Amino acid sequence: MNEAIIKLSAQGVNLWFGNKHVLKNVTVTFPEKQVTALIGPSGCGKSTLLRCFNRMHDLSPDARIEGKMMLETQDLYDKKISVTEVRKRVGMVFQKANPFPKSIYENINYGLKINDIPSKERPAIIERALKESYLWEEVKDELKKPATRMSGGQQQRLCIARTVALRPEVILMDEPCSALDPISTRKVEELIVQLKEQYTIVIVTHNMQQAQRVADKTIFMYLGEVVEEGKTDDIFNHPQKELTKNYVSGHFG
Amino acid sequence: MMKKLSPVIEWFTLLFCTGTVLLFLIAILWDLVVRGWPSLSWQFITALPSEGMTKGGILPAITGTVILTLLTAVLAVPLGISCAIYLNEYAKDNWVTRLIRASIRNLSGVPSIIYGLFGLALFVQGMHMGTSMLAAGFTLGLLSLPYIISTTEEALRRIPASTREAALGVGATQFESIRDVVLPSALPGILTGVVLTLSRAAGETAPILFTGVAFYINGSSGYLNQEFMALPYHLYMLSTQHQAIEQVRPLAYGTALVLVMVVFLLNLTAFYIRYKYRNNE
Repeated sequence: MNEAIIKLSAQGVNLWFGNKHVLKNVTVTFPEKQVTALIGPSGCGKSTLLRCFNRMHDLSPDARIEGKMMLETQDLYDKKISVTEVRKRVGMVFQKANPFPKSIYENINYGLKINDIPSKERPAIIERALKESYLWEEVKDELKKPATRMSGGQQQRLCIARTVALRPEVILMDEPCSALDPISTRKVEELIVQLKEQYTIVIVTHNMQQAQRVADKTIFMYLGEVVEEGKTDDIFNHPQKELTKNYVSGHFG
Repeated sequence: MMKKLSPVIEWFTLLFCTGTVLLFLIAILWDLVVRGWPSLSWQFITALPSEGMTKGGILPAITGTVILTLLTAVLAVPLGISCAIYLNEYAKDNWVTRLIRASIRNLSGVPSIIYGLFGLALFVQGMHMGTSMLAAGFTLGLLSLPYIISTTEEALRRIPASTREAALGVGATQFESIRDVVLPSALPGILTGVVLTLSRAAGETAPILFTGVAFYINGSSGYLNQEFMALPYHLYMLSTQHQAIEQVRPLAYGTALVLVMVVFLLNLTAFYIRYKYRNNE
């Protein structure tokens, strides 16, 4: 693990919503082409941290952020980099599948269109994205169908396809399976494991088994602080801190 | 015993209330149709009034009301929707925006006759539009704005944050996310508000009274710089101000029925657009 290249990192990040100190001096690293899980009880700040990496807090007027968020050597909050550029390089899959109220095809096409990808290249990219998300076989004959009529699991995989179509470097996932049934969850998990060949993935999850199934590295957060980070196996089987041990064994949270 | 009985009582009370409301609606429509239907004919909706309004049709009043409503829509809808987008999507939540919002809500409670007098002062006299279709359109537009803003804002507020984030997440700017995702999702709600507002505007008499409506014009309504005839005012004149009241009574009922049908047609259009839109979703 030490040899892995650091793709994404937070250095001394503090975040306040109004007067509420939500992230406290968070310093973490995410290795390239691996899956890193963020775990911790509700309200520990893991989703908040995740959303810092593609600047989703930009539109919240009461959020104040200090510290550095780096994509390799690029400061994500540098004035020279536009927020749309950041979000293209750092894609996001949300807790609840949120396809656009458009057709399956248009759902992927939209992101390509607003990122000025020539229309000639789009059909091939859309097909590849759907194949990468293992959705192609299920939907290739009904690309014109409204995305909102797909099943919940298919919708979430479409949201992943929409994200990978833009060839991001990092994919952030905010509890992507929390609204899915076990079969859909397994499909999404298999997909995550496949995707890490090409992408660096950060996943927030409440599901301990899920973290163990998909993640190479796990970070445990509590009350806005990073308590412990390390190989998933170490965190779950040989935790160094008492707090981590209690959490992963299900004593609280 | 009470436990068993009370759901029945509750159900019956609610049904009774709904029934009462429906009864009034049906009574009005029934009365209108029964008395107005005999006057309806092809000639009634395509001919000009003749012989001092006692014969002929109401074509100028129909075209007047339709064009006036379209003009109101053109003036008020883009402005109202833009204003709602600003308030709901861009404006910070501070005392200034709260004051603006409260003022808009209060404006929708101002009696329409006051809009009429204001229109007379501002558009007819102040801006030298004269009593004309344009002045009346502006006045009705002004009256419609607060309703359009409030209903549009309500429709936008119902769109969840996750929908906005979906667009932002693939690299859309805030404006792109509003234009491409938020507005289309809110469209059915916005449309309902717009149509209800325009239906109301189409039936208003007071705001156009001093600003452009005429009892009788020779020829057709529809020139922006001239006076026009309109269904609600025509109805008012026929039912209260005409000297041969007995003779024109059937025509008054006919006019009322046509007005209701015009508004109904407007609602039907919106219903159709919403239906089409839902199917495409």
